[in-house]
Order: sequence, then structure tokens, then C-alpha cells
Amino acid sequence: MPTHPWIQRQQYLIDFTVGALARRKGRNLALLAVYGLIVFVLASVLLLSQALRHEAAVLLSSAPEVTVQKMVAGRHDLVPGTYLDRLVRLRGVAEGRGRLWGYYYDPVVAANYTLLVPAQDQPPPGKVRIGATLAETRGLAVGDVLSLRSHEGHPFAFTVEAVLPFESALLTADLMLVSEADFRAFFGVPAGSYTDLVLTVRNPREVAKVAEKVLRALPDTRPIVRDDIQRTYAALFDWREGMVMVLLSGAVLAFIIFAWDKASGLSAEERREIGVLKAIGWETSDIMAMKLWEGLLVSVFAFLLGYLAAYLHVFGFGASLFEPVLKGWSVLYPRFDLSPRIDGFQVFTLFFLTVFPYALATVVPVWRAAIADPDAVMRQ
Amino acid sequence: MIELVDVRKAFNQGQHNELWAVRGITLNLDGSRAAVLRGPSGSGKTTLLTLIGCLARPTSGRVRLQGRDVSGMTERFLTGLRRQTFGFVFQQFNLVRGLTVEENVMLPAYPLGTPRPELRRRVGALLEALDLASHAQARAEWLSGGQAQRAAIARALVNDPAVVLADEPTANLDTELSRRFLDIVRDLKGQGKTLIMTSHDPLLCQAAEVDRVIDMRDGHLA
Repeated sequence: MPTHPWIQRQQYLIDFTVGALARRKGRNLALLAVYGLIVFVLASVLLLSQALRHEAAVLLSSAPEVTVQKMVAGRHDLVPGTYLDRLVRLRGVAEGRGRLWGYYYDPVVAANYTLLVPAQDQPPPGKVRIGATLAETRGLAVGDVLSLRSHEGHPFAFTVEAVLPFESALLTADLMLVSEADFRAFFGVPAGSYTDLVLTVRNPREVAKVAEKVLRALPDTRPIVRDDIQRTYAALFDWREGMVMVLLSGAVLAFIIFAWDKASGLSAEERREIGVLKAIGWETSDIMAMKLWEGLLVSVFAFLLGYLAAYLHVFGFGASLFEPVLKGWSVLYPRFDLSPRIDGFQVFTLFFLTVFPYALATVVPVWRAAIADPDAVMRQ
Repeated sequence: MIELVDVRKAFNQGQHNELWAVRGITLNLDGSRAAVLRGPSGSGKTTLLTLIGCLARPTSGRVRLQGRDVSGMTERFLTGLRRQTFGFVFQQFNLVRGLTVEENVMLPAYPLGTPRPELRRRVGALLEALDLASHAQARAEWLSGGQAQRAAIARALVNDPAVVLADEPTANLDTELSRRFLDIVRDLKGQGKTLIMTSHDPLLCQAAEVDRVIDMRDGHLA
């Protein structure tokens, strides 16, 4: 079947463009490298924060619907068990329980640990289950003794019963699961008091209403609903992503100047070529189309290269370049593999912000050269 | 076939460096003949060639092609005319470096979207006729002066134009190659094509293949 003249014409233009790119190899390879690098950096940040936001959302989906903290002078305080008895009697509350958790600063490794009493399957007194990163940092294995200073300043020995699996490292990197008795003894938390309370609500649409009832029943408390936590996490990652983007903006600006210079500056050779093509019957639109193809080929190729490298960097190599900025807030960074996630809108935004300005930058000067009278070529 | 009526062409009009390259030329050029615009450097012959070939529009006056006034046509229309009616052979040949001879010759046909097999056949036949078939895959910058000129002629002929315009075609050729060029001129005339050339080379101006010599000086017909 014969090819339609328009398609054949585009094929010729692409052929010519590819040839032209190959003829200016050095310049185009340098451009491709810098362009690809910028896309790589931006895409890495976006992919990593996107994946982290997703992880956080997945984790929080199983979090309690309402968390209740007691406030004293605007500060978070221990909650008496009597509060729990009152709250579980509120209409709409399916069940409630007190939680015990806290932080411990270990001067040996200059890191904070999170101590938590699990709701079910507590370790026996004297035993502890620890996060993999913590185990690695302190050089602990099952059966070893971890000695920490209690609230009274006395040494408190925990025997490692288990090391938590790596898969849950985002949550458990710096975690210590202990028994209720050990927790209370270690931190001096009196019996019948809790760090906070968590409530399960019968009808998810009534969460806000239940929170309102909690506040009415116990005015010195602060109910936190799950959506608030999700929003806080999202804002946190947005903020971190924004910070990195601001730091990178200098590099992006440098790239824009570089790309603009490379794309918009036509060499004498290119001007001559455009003159010849016009003189032998190429229309201004043919030359524009050819240059547009050139801009698109360079920028799309650089985009794909940069994005693919970013994908491998984030999901294959754990985003080693940006991990410290975007992942976690603890000294003990969790080591985990993010599940690959791509947001179509984000890809489109990055594509739009990198490919289109470049393609446009290539077209403007060509248009200026291409509308010049073709007789100039006769006088060269 | 081509008629010029009181054609004038100014560069940088209205500026301190205004230059009138062509100053009121009226001229008729017949088809299937070879004409030479002869004159010293700066006489306006190349500018007149660009006006005939629709590479530029006259500042005033009329250019008619087969009775049709083309001097006021849009750039798009003029491009179409250039592509289908005229073939250009530039003084410096202006082949695109880095492309092969075959690719260079194919260039004017790209905007027409001619099917590739047909185009390659046509280019092959042209290169064969101009004794360049063995250099089809050679890069333009590897060619000698004579080969480069024949490649430029092949490129000018690829869309089968009625008129071939050549600017100083023998300026970069020795006597032997200039004679070969005249053989090509004879062949093209035999195919019914019109040739309009600029030159001040006596070998070309006095050649039997040239039907008419038009003398120019200071933008006027001498």
C-alpha cells in the first residue's frame, strides 16, 4: 500500500533530522547528557516522594480512626484509664484501648528509639523485639542483652527475643516492642495511665461526630482523626519535596539557560543549511517541522533516559542520593525497598515542563531564520 | 515564457546603506533555450536571477511566468513555484555537508512526499545520466569540484523543473570540466528545459550551446 504523501513527508523530515543530529554529535550528546541528568534528578525526587506518600497512606489506612490525647497546659500528657471507660460508652464508639509508647534517646549511638507495647502478643517481661536497623546499629542478635538507663538512671536490661523483619522497616527501623510491665517500670508510667487512647468508630462517616463528642465529654483532651494524620503526612512529604525542589531550582535554572543557549543559537552552518533548503523549495513550515522534530527527539529521548534512570535509582537502588532528605526523621534511617508507583499526572507534568519549553526554544530562532528571504543563500 | 517588466530591486531600502541592485529591467526569456546574464561583479546579474527564480520579490515592477504575474504572490505560493518550476545550481553548489550525494539530490523532493522507491529510482537515473552513480553514497564534502557541480545539477533536476537557474556555473571549474558542463546544458535543452545562467566566463558566454547573452552593468541592461 502506498504511503500517504503527508506521512511520507514526515518520514523524510525525521530522516533528515536524525541525520542532522548525527552530524552534530558532540553538541547533541552534551545536551542529551545535561538534559537527561536534570530529568533524572527531578524525576527521582518526584518518584521517591510519591512512593513515600503512598507507603504512608497504605500504613495509615489501618491506623485507628480516632486517637485521643490528654492535654495539660497545651502539652501532651498521660491519659488516666478512667477516660477510656467514659469514652467507650459514647454512642458510635465500637471499642477503645489505651496505648503505651514513648521515645528513648540512646547516647551510645546518638539515636532515638521508639518503645511500644503491642496491643496483642506482648513479649514476656525482660524480653524485647527490636527493629532490624536498631539491631544492626547496636550489633545485636537474638539472645543478646540490650542495657538501657531507666527513668531513675538505673541500668535496665532487655534480652533480645526477636529482630523484626525487614519488610516492615519503614515502621520498625528504630522500634522496641516491650511488655507493659517493663514499659511502666522503665519510664515510670503509673499503672492505669496510658500515653494515649485509640477508638474504633462503628460508622466511618461518624468519625468527625465522635471526635466532637469526645471533646464535649472530656474538654482537656485532643481527639486526632485518621484523616488529619494522613493530611499531616502528605503535607510533610510535600514540604520535603518542595524543599528539595527549591534546592534544585538553581540547577534547573542553569539547565534552562544552557538549553536555551544550545537550542536557540543557530550556528552559521545551520543558518546556511536552512537557506539552502528554502532555496530548493522547502517551505518555512517544513523547516519548522524539521526543527520541531529535532527538539522533540532530543527532549523526549532525554526525558525517557532521565526518567528511566530515576526509576531505577528510586526503586532499584533505594534512592540513595535523596534518601537522607526525603525518608524518615529518625537518626536510624529505615532500609527498605519502595514498591514501584508511577503517577500519570506527575509524569505528564514533568514531561510538559521539560519537553515543551525545549522544543519551543528550538523553534523560535528557526522561525526567525526560516522567514528570511531565501535569496541570501545566493549571495554567500 | 518569463517576462520581466520594469523590475527594480533595492536592498536595505530607506536606510543609510540602501542599494539598488536592479534598476528597471524589462526582458523576455523564451522556453527551451539557454540564456546567460553577463556582466562584471556588482552588475546585478545574480539579483536578477533570484527575481526570475522567485527567490526574492522585486521592489517594484512585474515578473510574469507563462503569462501569470508572480511578483505579488505569497511566500507559500512562491515556494511551490520554486519547487516545481525551477531548479537551482548555486555558485558554491551549497550541498549539505554530512549527507551523501543521493540524500542531497533527494532533498528538494522531500516536501512533496514522493514515495521513497520512486524517488530513489529517479535519483538513480539522474546520477547515472550525470556519471555520478558510483558516488551516490559518497558524502558531499568528499567530492571534487566537478562532481559537486554535477551533484548540484542532479539536485536541481530531481523535481523535473521546466527552468534551471545556474549562478556562475563555471566559476569553480577548469576548462575540461566547463566543457562537460556545456554538454549537460545541451542535453537539458534537448529535454526541452530552459536554462538561465549568470557568468562572465567567455568560455560559457561564447559557447554554441548558449542561445542568448544578456549584458548587464550597474543594474541595467547594457
